[in-house]
Amino acid sequence: MAKRPAVGLRRQGGVANVIMIVVALVFMVLFLLLPLVTVFAQAFASGLSGYIASITDPNTLSAIWLTLIVAAVALVVNVVFGLAGSWALARFRFPGRLAILTVLDLPFSVSPVVAGLMLVLLYGRQGWLGPWLEAHNLKIIFALPGMIIATIFVTLPFVARELIPLMEEQGADEEEAAILLGASGWQMFWRITIPKLRWGLLYGVLLSNARAMGEFGAVSVVSGNILGLTDTMSLDVKALYDGYNIVGSFAVASLLASLALVTLVAKTVLERQFLTRSTKEEVSA
Amino acid sequence: MTKTTGLSRRNLLLTGAAAGLGAGLQALPRTAEAAQTIKLLNVSYDPTREFYADYDARFAAAWKAKTGDDVAVSVSNGGSGAQARAVISGLEADVVTLALGYDIDAIAKSGLLAADWAKRLPNGGTPYTSTIVFLTRKGNPKGLKDWPDLLKPGVQIVAANPKTSGGARWSFLAAYGWALKQFGGSTQKANDFIRAYYKQVPVLDAGSRGATLTFTNRGIGDVLISWEDEAHMAVAKGGAYSIVYPGTSILAEPPVAVVDANVDKHKTRAVAEAYLQNLYTPASQDLAAQYFYRPRDPQVLAKYAATFPKLDLFTIETFGGWQAAQKQFFANGGVFDQIYGG
Repeated sequence: MAKRPAVGLRRQGGVANVIMIVVALVFMVLFLLLPLVTVFAQAFASGLSGYIASITDPNTLSAIWLTLIVAAVALVVNVVFGLAGSWALARFRFPGRLAILTVLDLPFSVSPVVAGLMLVLLYGRQGWLGPWLEAHNLKIIFALPGMIIATIFVTLPFVARELIPLMEEQGADEEEAAILLGASGWQMFWRITIPKLRWGLLYGVLLSNARAMGEFGAVSVVSGNILGLTDTMSLDVKALYDGYNIVGSFAVASLLASLALVTLVAKTVLERQFLTRSTKEEVSA
Repeated sequence: MTKTTGLSRRNLLLTGAAAGLGAGLQALPRTAEAAQTIKLLNVSYDPTREFYADYDARFAAAWKAKTGDDVAVSVSNGGSGAQARAVISGLEADVVTLALGYDIDAIAKSGLLAADWAKRLPNGGTPYTSTIVFLTRKGNPKGLKDWPDLLKPGVQIVAANPKTSGGARWSFLAAYGWALKQFGGSTQKANDFIRAYYKQVPVLDAGSRGATLTFTNRGIGDVLISWEDEAHMAVAKGGAYSIVYPGTSILAEPPVAVVDANVDKHKTRAVAEAYLQNLYTPASQDLAAQYFYRPRDPQVLAKYAATFPKLDLFTIETFGGWQAAQKQFFANGGVFDQIYGG
């Protein structure tokens, strides 16, 4: 009885389904697969040795190193802020909570270039904090700290946005029970909160990390584009392309694409884990 | 059992955090460690990357031979106006090598270098010159020989945005200057010409190199209006293009200057000044010519006469200098704003 409508739908939509699938496939191939193939084809246009030479160019190595540093620091900040922020927002009700939730989405809605410009206006030589920073010989803009801040700005919401719904859904019962049974705050945090959140946390970290490594707009504004010093991988792709080094440019692009692919695979694996775990937990509960 | 996993997990997180911070801190001394090697930052405009990459290596070798010190020159390339803005905002350039004097004036106005910077080096601080030419598809299939030909129906012009690109400002003025001359100094008719001209530009790139790559790699347009050096470089990089010299064009003078406040802060004045003065030596002039910049040295210019044909060139003084030209044409509400998109 329950199966019949489903079968009926499938029969009726036979032709339509095929058309939809074909359209979706064509779009996938044209807009996702082909560009990706092109990137790799161009990267290997002058063979494996050309590829390796491009990747081991000192400027490119420095760009890879810089990208990893920026992403690593952003990751740490994102985890700490994501946990603290989502904890505060999911577990407590206080005046201004909605305002904070809205502001949290700001990086999603502000164009990354504008984000970069805001940082220049704040920390730049003629910015609000510029004279103070200069007097104390601190360099933020056109140096590593600025690039890290810009990356953190654009990736900040990912972890918190992932954790807040999860925390709200799970509720505070187990945490309250732990406290009532005499656990200290940290014990509760490490033994209850973190284990319950780990998959969501990893998922958010993965998303923010992918964004951090690929970020172009905000970082390009605050980097100063100094070859071999403040070029991240995505900036290096453009610098190489502008320098008529097409193979080098696509070689770095292919590395970035590979990182993205690894992230995607990891994300899929995590999603599976996440789903099976939560269903198991539901069943056991 | 649970306790140990909890602890190890905490340790993992902590070591992860420490590694991230450690890596961040490690990188800081790397950029600040200027003790043995003198570091010099040259903030330049878009098309100079090939020339300065070569020049920097030669200068470093010469400086090492002369003083025993290593000098590591870093370069930043981008649209001239954007680069000037970055220096004003705190990009600590020891020297700037930009597309036009107005951009260095802007840096001077912010207090980073003396207003009379142009008087410190020969030729008003412009060690090489260039001009604006046409780059067409091989054999010039549309027969574009001079400025009025560009207005033929169906001709697509590729150019950069004068608001952000120095080369694009020179090329705007090259076209405008021809029109002024042609129409006996009538700004009304020159404005009409330049309006029709920009109607044929389908897309304005932010920088000169971007416009070149739009024309070469993406195959858009019938003619690229750009620096003479950009046109030669595109041909040298193996493209099937023809360089066309219009009857009249502008003498483009890209200037260089030491940024006083920054070299005093970095204690790099001696090497920064030598870096720019060295641009005027016959060897460097020859190198500039090899990268298709017109050398100031008449003997070197004569040697490369085949590369740089003689042209009827007018200067920026036609428009009363850069301050006046900027105000009249490129400032908000100027001629470019009036004719583009309107």
